[in-house]
Amino acid sequence: MASTSAQPALPDGLVAVVKEDCPTCVLVAPVLADLAERAGLTAITQDNATFPDNASWVIHDQDLALSWHHDIVTVPTLMKVENGRPTASIEGWERDAWEAFTGVRDLGAELPDWRPGCGSLSVDPNLADQLAVRFSGSSMTSRRVELAALEDEWEAMWDRDWSDGLPVVPPTEARVLRMLEGTTRAPDEVVAVVPPDLVECTVEKIAINAVMAGCKPEYLPVVITAVEAICTDDFNMHGVLATTMDVGPIIIVNGPIRDEIGMNSGGNVLGQGNRANSTIGRAVQLVVRNIGGGRPGGVDRSAHGSPHKFGLAFAEDEAGSPWESLAESRGFASDQSTVTVWCGGGPQVFVDQLSRTPESLTKHFAAYLMTNLTPKMVMMETVLVIGPEHMSRYRDAGWDRARFLSELEHHLQLETDDLLRGVDGIEEGLPEAFAGNTVGKFWPGGIHVVHAGGATGLFSMAFSGWVPPPKGSVCTTKEIIR
Amino acid sequence: MTTVLDPTAEQRAEQRELVTRPESLDGLTIGLLDISKPRGDIFLDRLEEKLTGFGAKVNRYMKPTFAKPAPVDLRHEIATSCDAVIEALAD
Repeated sequence: MASTSAQPALPDGLVAVVKEDCPTCVLVAPVLADLAERAGLTAITQDNATFPDNASWVIHDQDLALSWHHDIVTVPTLMKVENGRPTASIEGWERDAWEAFTGVRDLGAELPDWRPGCGSLSVDPNLADQLAVRFSGSSMTSRRVELAALEDEWEAMWDRDWSDGLPVVPPTEARVLRMLEGTTRAPDEVVAVVPPDLVECTVEKIAINAVMAGCKPEYLPVVITAVEAICTDDFNMHGVLATTMDVGPIIIVNGPIRDEIGMNSGGNVLGQGNRANSTIGRAVQLVVRNIGGGRPGGVDRSAHGSPHKFGLAFAEDEAGSPWESLAESRGFASDQSTVTVWCGGGPQVFVDQLSRTPESLTKHFAAYLMTNLTPKMVMMETVLVIGPEHMSRYRDAGWDRARFLSELEHHLQLETDDLLRGVDGIEEGLPEAFAGNTVGKFWPGGIHVVHAGGATGLFSMAFSGWVPPPKGSVCTTKEIIR
Repeated sequence: MTTVLDPTAEQRAEQRELVTRPESLDGLTIGLLDISKPRGDIFLDRLEEKLTGFGAKVNRYMKPTFAKPAPVDLRHEIATSCDAVIEALAD
């Protein structure tokens, strides 16, 4: 464990760290006394102050500061110390090794040749967290909130209005400290100004909310980058939150970090069951709620909301795709880990069990996408998640992303006369001024394609969008800083 | 006892006093802010008729897009040149 506060000095010379609650330490107690006399050894005891002896060569490491700061894992640990720091060490009891290490012969002749050591008290699972909080020199500045002794700590999270409705993990100092180990960024670094309250948001505050969402520390860089991305003027998180539509941020992860943190890009990719997928999106939404102050009924004015507003993050299946990834299509390299955020509503399924040619499948995709939001809305935006079985049609025919998008957009041109207000007895539609034109269902560049989903199943998914750029929200990709 | 870290922005809810309601609209300048949703103008046109009838002077304003907060300059202009503002949300 890396120590960041001042390291207390060990006594120079030969030093042994021991505890009485270790049979091997008790076994070697006579050897320690022998070495104290013959080689000037100092014993550092973790539990009983008078073990192995009530003598001046025994130091009590009562608060375990020496043991924690010098990374003692096993007792006994025998060290050579110069200028307060160990230069060499051995663990457990092994006569030959101890004699070679100390240069003192005939040690513990009556003892067995070898015994393994025990765990150091400073790494005891019951103590490790509080020791880390005490000694790590953490500069966490968030207000400490003490929960009452009779308060259920899980209920307390709801009582303080910190939850999205599901249980959140209580963000203790130890948990937040562990979370912060997931990034190299300083806890006090301001990474975003979060709407709607326009609050400066630090890495520490994001880490707290990531703990609450159930993230592992290695997910934290993804969460931080996603927060940065949604808090840009381009993404317009204020509008995304305030709209009466069903939209929320949709987070798509590309690059090596997907596999490193175990994100799902396969079966049930948009569903439950994978910890990284489930908690990254949730952490971002908790940041908007708790730091930005954006709550349903407050600035969040969504008429219906959507299940994906609990948070939605997923990875692209890059290895199984014949095409460049979404991030590559947006100018990033395959070895860069990125987050792409896009504002959308809930996903809908596309079913095509019979198309065997890319031409047929593409025409069918177009017919399906014509109804995105409503058949009367044009110049919209979508994320199209193509499943592996559908993608195999394009792989087999040698179509690349550009060919697919060009053919798809060709089939998505509409006569405005069919979309005017009142046409087909439907009052909704385009104003009369648009008559006599052709218009795209999606604006050029408004179809974002991702390859993901289970290996079996002739299905794909498409999301409905919101107000397209530049007036609404702009799809935004950022490289993840570890 | 469990101690947790505050996940919020630690901003105490700001209390804001409502400004005094005007006794009468006579002679006041009323801003009408169109958030640029379709047909908001129809609603505001009617309001303007009514307000003018009460003796008020009406200034009309429009947000560039309903999807974003009003720009700070626009908010400042309304605040400095109007006695009251009515914001129309219409669909």
